[in-house]
Amino acid sequence: MSTLIYLIPIALFLGGLGLGAFLWSIRNGQYDDLDGAAWRVLDDEDGTKRGSPGAHGG
Amino acid sequence: MSCCAPGTEGAIEAASGGTLPSSEEMRLAARDLGEGLRQSDLSVPGVHCGACITTIEGVLSGMPSIESARVNLTARRVSVRWRDVEGFDPQTIPAAMARTGYAAHLFTAPIAADDALRNELIRAVAVSGFAAMNIMLLSVSVWSGAEASTRDLFHWISALIAGPVLIYAGRFFFRSAWGALKHGRTNMDVPISLAVTLSYFVSLWETIHHGEHAWFDATVTLLFFLLIGRTLDHVMRDRARSAITSLARLSPRGAMVVKDDGGREYRPVEEIAVGDRLSVAAGERLAVDARVIAGMSDVDRSLVSGESAPVTAKPGSMLEAGVMNLTGALVVEAVAVARDSFLAEVIGLMEAAEGGRARYRRIADRAASYYSPVVHLLALISFLSWGFADGDWKHAMLVAVAVLIITCPCALGLAVPVVQVVAAGRLFASGIMVKDGSAMERLAEIDAVVFDKTGTLTMGAPRLIGREAAGRPGTLKGDQAFAVAAALAAHSRHPLSAALAAAHVGPVPQFGPVTEIPGRGLEAVTPEGTWRLGNRAFACSGDEPADDGSSASEVVLSLDGAVIETFRFEDRLRPAARETVARLRKDGIEVDILSGDRAAAVERVAAQLGVSRWRAGLAPRDKTEAVRESAAAGARVLMVGDGINDAPALSAAHVSMAPATAADIGRQAADLVFLRDGLDAVSFAIETSKRAGRLIRQNFALAIGYNVIAVPVAILGHATPLIAAVAMSTSSIIVVANSLRLRGPTPALRQDAAAPKPASGMASPA
Repeated sequence: MSTLIYLIPIALFLGGLGLGAFLWSIRNGQYDDLDGAAWRVLDDEDGTKRGSPGAHGG
Repeated sequence: MSCCAPGTEGAIEAASGGTLPSSEEMRLAARDLGEGLRQSDLSVPGVHCGACITTIEGVLSGMPSIESARVNLTARRVSVRWRDVEGFDPQTIPAAMARTGYAAHLFTAPIAADDALRNELIRAVAVSGFAAMNIMLLSVSVWSGAEASTRDLFHWISALIAGPVLIYAGRFFFRSAWGALKHGRTNMDVPISLAVTLSYFVSLWETIHHGEHAWFDATVTLLFFLLIGRTLDHVMRDRARSAITSLARLSPRGAMVVKDDGGREYRPVEEIAVGDRLSVAAGERLAVDARVIAGMSDVDRSLVSGESAPVTAKPGSMLEAGVMNLTGALVVEAVAVARDSFLAEVIGLMEAAEGGRARYRRIADRAASYYSPVVHLLALISFLSWGFADGDWKHAMLVAVAVLIITCPCALGLAVPVVQVVAAGRLFASGIMVKDGSAMERLAEIDAVVFDKTGTLTMGAPRLIGREAAGRPGTLKGDQAFAVAAALAAHSRHPLSAALAAAHVGPVPQFGPVTEIPGRGLEAVTPEGTWRLGNRAFACSGDEPADDGSSASEVVLSLDGAVIETFRFEDRLRPAARETVARLRKDGIEVDILSGDRAAAVERVAAQLGVSRWRAGLAPRDKTEAVRESAAAGARVLMVGDGINDAPALSAAHVSMAPATAADIGRQAADLVFLRDGLDAVSFAIETSKRAGRLIRQNFALAIGYNVIAVPVAILGHATPLIAAVAMSTSSIIVVANSLRLRGPTPALRQDAAAPKPASGMASPA
């Protein structure tokens, strides 16, 4: 019983962390271009002038 | 879609006509981000792999005054941020892309509110999923035998998690249920809202009184499952809509106004007034209804009236908005503002014609109208009979809630969207976009199909079918004459010239200046003599062109007035048109042709396809009337059309389809849009919808079967939260698994039969 006192908050906190990360990734546009992301990982150039997904959203 | 979808690009390509958006249009469409920074969003149908991304982003970010460029491969779009500094011409953006081989065009931005709703739904799914997992963990501990204070603690934690989630994730259902009740109707969301709210508050009450059973897990899992269904439904529509808005825009955003002092100014369509003089270059579309003042040209009215052959425009000719100017520059005078133009009249007709869409009630809603009264009655009866039978009203309440939770249409809520999403995905892979689930339901019911001719049954572009040398001695050999004709034809935008130039393969001779005489043909003066390519009257003597309707299907090449070779053209049928019509009739579906073209042209196509019922020379209003008559006679009509003149009929029909090459307004009016050339998209879409309809009914049967078993258990008071959770999940999984049976290999639809096409992703020579 006493272990539950801190185990449950930890479980909820970790779950909440995952939820927060997911909500952030949606807002940041990480899911806007799934096909493109699969190709970009193979791209060697650093692409300094090429935009990030979040910046061009909308 | 992947690299393996060539032809898709070709269809869109044909629509764009290979013209670049002008600087003025680019500036008009760009979003102002402040501080001189602007963002342009361009649709690039040609991107399909990583190399395309690197090429486009590479060339664009190498240009001065471009801040950043990003390709979205999924949406096939590029967004470019540029500085609006002196001396920078935004047209260089699409021009640079065209040089690397990608055609880019502007598109209408999708409605922002829709995107926001999608994101809200996804967030609600995430939140309810999080809550469902945590509460389920706590519930499993309770079911495993947690006692007394531990159980109470777990119930309290569950209540604290479920409360906010009920409000945050449940609001979609509450809002929709309230909207239905306010109008005295009922829909699927009424039993859902009632079940989740009641189960939450009864559980809360139980928790306060140290009760044994709480239903928080049911409340949240229900919301989670139902929101998945709702989100899938929404994402499906979203994807189709974004794919459709990415297609080339055919109506212009503005026009070049010639001011009284001779100056020129580009104005948006809305600001053009009656009496303004507009300059229309070859290759541009008219923005408003206008009368020609100066210049001569051939114009393509196929999208406006369905006429397949180009018409000569000379001073005094009246032209409708949407007409494409092909060969010569024109100066025209606006006779109506945009909102009174031909297009506006068509929109008016469309609004009046609102047909199948408005009257149709979704299958799920129809099912709910029988389902929810029964369910609520059952719960009420159990409540009253348990209450009167043993006087324990609290227990009676618990039983009633259990009945509501067990019968909550979780499986029903998934039964329709999952099938439709799978079916839409199958159609999407074959290049068919479905705008919403209701379109698929309506498509499954049709028993008659009405086709437009120009651009729907036919490709709307002529094809060279034969050539014959005049056979006089001393002239050039046949192939040389063909090369000369192709070389001349390359100087014109006239569809016959384009077809001639495209049909020739190999080197062509070079000419000096080639002049185009609109309405007649092309002329080049060379040391060998004067070459002429055009209609017979022009090529042979230089007389005024004789205006007999048939002249459009042949082009004559002459040297100094002597005929060298005659080229014959035909507006070819869409690939698989014949098979499609035959298959439709085999399935007992009636086929009609309604066209705005001349009777002779329609009759020929009808004969080729073996269609006996056709009508020609119809105005938009006549087409709408014809569709309405069929509907009044009890037929459920599928209208397939592409022109502006088809748009009202598309809205009036029970369900409608349009090719990707259709006018903007036609694409917007249609429920389904197909990207590939083959007409077998029509029969494939019908077949898939019918299979989806069968699966939906099976799913309903499964869901009802589950209720028949589970409801008596609940009414007898044996349903514990554990039993409810197991039963609900099982029924949902069974329904989803059944829906996935629709998946399978997609048949290869016919792409293109004959005409040479530029390689996929390549820009046509501008």
